[in-house]
Amino acid sequence: MKLEDKLYLLRFKPDEKTHLKPKEEDCQRCESRPCTLFCPAQVYKWEGGKLVVSFENCLECGSCRIGCRFVSLDWRYPRGGYGVSFRFG
Amino acid sequence: MREDAFDAIVVGAGPAGTAAAYLLAKSGWQVVLVERGDYPGAKNVMGGILYRVAMEEIIPSFWKEAPVERHITEQRVWLLSSDSAFSVGYKSDRLAKDPYNAFTVLRAKFDSWFAGKAEEAGAILVPQTVAEELIWEGGRVIGVRTGRQEGDLFASVVILAEGVNSLLAKKAGLHPEILPHQVALAVKETICLPKERIEDRFNLEDGEGTAIEIVGENTKGRVGAGFIYTNRESLSVGVGVLLSDLVELKLTPHDLIEAMKVHPLIRRLLEGGKTEEYAAHLVPEGGWSAIPPLFADGLMIAGDAAMLVNSVHREGSNMALTSGRLAAECALKAKEMGDFSAKTLSRYRKALEESFVLQDLRRYRKVSDFFSGHNQFFSLYPEMINEAAHEILVVDSVPKGEKVRRIKETIFKKRSKFQFLKDFYHFWRIIR
Repeated sequence: MKLEDKLYLLRFKPDEKTHLKPKEEDCQRCESRPCTLFCPAQVYKWEGGKLVVSFENCLECGSCRIGCRFVSLDWRYPRGGYGVSFRFG
Repeated sequence: MREDAFDAIVVGAGPAGTAAAYLLAKSGWQVVLVERGDYPGAKNVMGGILYRVAMEEIIPSFWKEAPVERHITEQRVWLLSSDSAFSVGYKSDRLAKDPYNAFTVLRAKFDSWFAGKAEEAGAILVPQTVAEELIWEGGRVIGVRTGRQEGDLFASVVILAEGVNSLLAKKAGLHPEILPHQVALAVKETICLPKERIEDRFNLEDGEGTAIEIVGENTKGRVGAGFIYTNRESLSVGVGVLLSDLVELKLTPHDLIEAMKVHPLIRRLLEGGKTEEYAAHLVPEGGWSAIPPLFADGLMIAGDAAMLVNSVHREGSNMALTSGRLAAECALKAKEMGDFSAKTLSRYRKALEESFVLQDLRRYRKVSDFFSGHNQFFSLYPEMINEAAHEILVVDSVPKGEKVRRIKETIFKKRSKFQFLKDFYHFWRIIR
């Protein structure tokens, strides 16, 4: 089963603004960009020479906040009532 | 003390927070339970085992009304190689009798129910609300700033049970930043299967459940574990690896769980199932040395936010519930004394030390460091034990003496006798 199909099963209420704000200058000098691999929802993709953040698919686990090599991420929870809602959990 | 102040604010409606809110409300306190999800449980994920005693100390006979899935009657550990599993397990009819030892639960359902009990007891549940930071005055915590307009809340005491990310405690400088080797990133699927199928496949009677922990090939030999738990009409299937290991592996967690699901022995258990949900969660694995200060003036920290997880025995929900309960008991005592200072709230830490929570975490304090430096327990040894079992159990007219010689030769080719003995001596020392 593809990740996209799994994410499609979930109920998301995306906010208008992102709750994940990586510092672009740090991403530019980051060579391995581990977030593009370990994020369970592949929120981070390297496209066209910059980090694209699909915050609306975020599962809110917090891994990128801890796993970012530069600890450069402004990470907060989505505003109350927004983001993912698990039916099973 | 402000006129509009509550007796207590609890941040986070998971097992720790709801336990505290329920017990305080039941004692007649004015309690606010702040929850960022649409409903309690909406953001809450765990593998799925809830232990009876810790919960029963809060709500007696809870399982007669709570949405629990199955009571666990069998526990297995699989040491997995690419095509085999060496399995050890315990199954008992004693575990099939009321009162049960443990249950599988689905947190979205269970946490909603539990928070409902806290509301019935008089707690004020405030969902869809993010707690943004602690409010301090003269060196003590006097409240919580929420994301709502004019959303400042004040109370005599604040109990933080905000989960593993513990952002408020970090913002307040109480909690150092978690390091990648101190958390496991786990992903999980809820895979639906008809009830009869589950009971036939796992050899269960109505309401009984199995828990399987899986170590080895499924984490690509890295520090971590997988699991398969039976729910009423679904399986909880997941795998978690230390975040530091995952970064080195250069694999996505999604790849890991997909690979685990098609393992020949696991595929057979999941056959015909339909994935209904995919979730991810960090598990605090830092143990004893990663525990933050558990109290300050006007503040206590409980559950995952306090890193209270025993990863050797995959216990977390019981530690969350117990820490929430002990925090509530300490708060009640503090009110009696009319003093919510750190000195009084230090009784909370003392109570945790006298309970299994900190005694167990202290006992296993070296486990986290040990496994980080000994990947062979997740790679070489699971593989070897399967090889050895295969050699011994295949009957092919080779004398047993020769078989034993072959096994020793294979093992000691990969790990010297000295290293082998050292590994197991150390292993025994840290888990005994």
